[in-house]
Amino acid sequence: MFKNLFLKSTALFIGLFLLIFLAVPIFQVFYVSFLDENGHFTLLNFYDFFQNALFIESFYNSFYVASMSVVLASVFALPLAYFTSRFNFRGSVIIQSLGFIPLIMPPFVGAVAMKLLFGSNGSINLILNDWFGFKIPFMEGLNGVIFVESIHYFPFILINLITSLNNIDRTMEESAQSLGSKGFGLFRKIVLPLSMPGYVAGASLVFLKVFDDLGTPLLLDVNNMLAPQAYLRISSIGINDPMGYVIGVILVLTSIAAVYVAKLALGGKDYSMLQKGGGGMIKRDFLPYQKYLAYFVVFFILFLVLSPHIALTLLSFGTIWSFSVLPDAFTVQHYKAVFENSVFIKNTMLYCSIAAFIDVVLAFFISYIVLRTKIIGRQLLDYIAMSALAIPGLVLGIGYLRTFYSINLPWDNTPLASWWFMIVIILAVRRLPYALRACNAVLMQISKYLEESAESLGAQKISIFRKILIPLMTGGLLAGFITSFSTATVELSATIMLVSTESEAPLAYAIYSYMQTAAGRGPGAAFGLIGVLIVAVGTYLSQLIIEKKYKQRGMEAKV
Amino acid sequence: MKKILVLIISFVLFASNVFANSGNLVIVTSFPKDLSGQFKAAFEAKYPNITVEVVGKKTTAGIKYIQETSSNNGTDLFWASAPDAFEVLKGDDLLAKYSSKVKGIPDLVGSYPINDPQGFYTGFAAAGYGMMWNTRYLKANNLPAPKEWIDMADPIYFGHTGMSAPSRSGTTHLTVETLLQGDGFEAGWAKMKSIAANFKTVTARSFGVPDGVNSGDFGVGIVIDFFGLSSIGSGFPVGFVYPTVTTLVPANIGVITNAPNEKNAQLFIDFLLTPEGQEILLDPKIRRLPVNPETYAKAPKDFPNPFKDSSIGAAVKFDVQLSKSRYNLVNSLFDVMITYRLDDLRAAMSAIYKAEAKLGNSSNAKAKKLIAEARALVSALPITEAKANDAEFNKIFKKKRKKAKDIEKYAGTRQAEVEAEWDKFVIDNYSNAIKKAEEAIKAL
Repeated sequence: MFKNLFLKSTALFIGLFLLIFLAVPIFQVFYVSFLDENGHFTLLNFYDFFQNALFIESFYNSFYVASMSVVLASVFALPLAYFTSRFNFRGSVIIQSLGFIPLIMPPFVGAVAMKLLFGSNGSINLILNDWFGFKIPFMEGLNGVIFVESIHYFPFILINLITSLNNIDRTMEESAQSLGSKGFGLFRKIVLPLSMPGYVAGASLVFLKVFDDLGTPLLLDVNNMLAPQAYLRISSIGINDPMGYVIGVILVLTSIAAVYVAKLALGGKDYSMLQKGGGGMIKRDFLPYQKYLAYFVVFFILFLVLSPHIALTLLSFGTIWSFSVLPDAFTVQHYKAVFENSVFIKNTMLYCSIAAFIDVVLAFFISYIVLRTKIIGRQLLDYIAMSALAIPGLVLGIGYLRTFYSINLPWDNTPLASWWFMIVIILAVRRLPYALRACNAVLMQISKYLEESAESLGAQKISIFRKILIPLMTGGLLAGFITSFSTATVELSATIMLVSTESEAPLAYAIYSYMQTAAGRGPGAAFGLIGVLIVAVGTYLSQLIIEKKYKQRGMEAKV
Repeated sequence: MKKILVLIISFVLFASNVFANSGNLVIVTSFPKDLSGQFKAAFEAKYPNITVEVVGKKTTAGIKYIQETSSNNGTDLFWASAPDAFEVLKGDDLLAKYSSKVKGIPDLVGSYPINDPQGFYTGFAAAGYGMMWNTRYLKANNLPAPKEWIDMADPIYFGHTGMSAPSRSGTTHLTVETLLQGDGFEAGWAKMKSIAANFKTVTARSFGVPDGVNSGDFGVGIVIDFFGLSSIGSGFPVGFVYPTVTTLVPANIGVITNAPNEKNAQLFIDFLLTPEGQEILLDPKIRRLPVNPETYAKAPKDFPNPFKDSSIGAAVKFDVQLSKSRYNLVNSLFDVMITYRLDDLRAAMSAIYKAEAKLGNSSNAKAKKLIAEARALVSALPITEAKANDAEFNKIFKKKRKKAKDIEKYAGTRQAEVEAEWDKFVIDNYSNAIKKAEEAIKAL
């Protein structure tokens, strides 16, 4: 009785949180899409959407780009994940941490760095043109969007897949081997199916993120996709055409549908493993020639996906970089601006760690409630939380101002919306889907018999959480924390609406304000690089913790 | 009790006298740190008791912020470039009147009034559109630097130029409108499209254009002067020129209604217009045109002076009312014909270029006629000038249309519907133009 009450009230609390900080603000903005010019309810705007050739084309393009990005991102992620978690691979922790970096692309300055490298007159094309007399259109049109998006978002697949692979129970593999299965058959029948929850979690995030992403199409000036169409219409001065909001609603609905399809893909199968003894798969050694091949593949992929950050580093140390392979000269001058304005870094660390912590706690309970209880409306929690992915940051920002600005803080009579903690909340809401997918994937791999037997032995819910679930889910929880934290460090579109004083502004805001001037490129890049470094160190440390934990468990199991 | 009250009141009065210039000042601005930071520092040095809080937001975000926070306003000043942003705020009664007493500021810059005639916002610097190019890029591609708008329609620049969309940037909008007013509605659009056919890109942010030229992503960009001048000032290998047909537009500042620190806000406006404030504009990282003619005495050589050089920004008598009346329609038309259908436009023009190159000096009448027809198809507009200027029709594109009587003539017509029609017209014309151009090639 008590345990049910505890879970029910938690579900209620999370529901209220999502209602107040996600559903209500969005509704404040989106209800316009259901109004006609006289302010009456209508569905005519949606009819218009399907009558417009441009919108249909945009919808098709977004769908195509998102699907192809999943394919290309898988090509980047699979070798990295498989080689580093299945074989004895020197430097696998570093490789796994580095493979995570592309997710952190600082706003604006990341775009400039990409163009300086891959653009039609970027370093690579200048060299190609000089030596061979041709250019490769890396960054042109829809294919350009697919290329950039896959580099940017493949870590979602990587990190979830690695967590999944590490969670595969060694005894499964051993039993299969003792029954004579080996080689590709073993991979296909044991490894592949058991790692599916992680792969699907990652792939669905890539699909959703690309489908809803605004930054990359705008950077490549591709307008014929849904998210940029919505954004361009919502943010134009003076124009208040409801179509922008209509597209927003369609984005949300499509995202929810994609989460549903991902669930169907995993539906009906049991991915859980009873024993959590033998942490991860048996690591084996490469044959000599395999080893060189594997290292070559891994380093090639790493070089490709990290090249934007190499360009970012050059930009932050370069003086002038214009129509040339490398900057004209180098300087450390730009870092002066960073040290003079270190308050931005401090703010970012504070906001993002609190936000990521909130995300992990919420994600843990949401996935538990969805997967383990029969509380009515539990699926709704999942869908609402995931729909945050589809909401343009700008819309959520406006919604927050509209909902919370007229409420004053009790202690100093300033508006609630301009309190710094609201930036934390908006970051937490926007990044919750990442943590949620990560938690969902690990929880699916844990057998519920473990909890049931503990319960039958009289354990309280709290101690089941503390002694069984949390230790077994550490990898997934940390993965969720890192993803939420690091992507929050470079979030700009929602926070820029809420920032009311510069002293409370985060790092991304500093980058934005530097990147509005010709002279601000260097300092902007320096800020961006510092942000990336913070995340890189954080990721490396948590990978070490995960690795240590699995090793420990592996040892215990052997004893 | 009364005594205490009297004491408090007298103390407050006394205090407000002694510390007349003290307290805070909150400014929401679209200007970059390089600009706002310098003014903040100089102002705080002059009035050490006033703390200036500068909040940077994109113009669109800034407007939304002030609109959404008006019930509980904490902002004193809005400080940004585009006059149309201030028109939006003025229309929502979010600006308070203030006319500065600083002397020596003329009424006009070029042919544009410096201050809002009704006194709701004040111009403090001027800026005009021009062309900016990357010297390394042009050299590598053997291209000359352009001098006039029409130069950018030359086939040699195909795929080498860029601009931002007028719906994204108020100042770009004024350039398009200037072209339409200078050349006439139809001829202006025809010129705009022939320039646009050479675009490599239409950027979503106005700063995307100088960014692209500075990086060498494309060779020539249509930009506002301070983007060009400050890029030169920061050491990029770029150049900048004003064409004959351009409009100088003031960048503005205005006091917000119910500003918590109205006195300080007014002090700041005055400070911007004083000689010391105006001189900051000449800084190499800022480079905007001062509105005080005397400041130009201290400017570096080659710095443009619109008060002396009457060729800048005076060619067109800019009709502010006309511009305002069809503001959203022009933006929407540009997006439908150019931004969203740039690939189709480029394909059409590239086919025409091919036909023209093959035609050369030949006098094949049939081919000539076909090429002329193809060009006419590209230039054709889905709307007549009369309808574009029709106030009733423009209401479809307006923000507030709550009352049914507002749109009697076009009741029930929706912007999305009109745009879908235009889109179909434009797509058909572009693809027919390609067919005509191909026929012309066959005829040769």
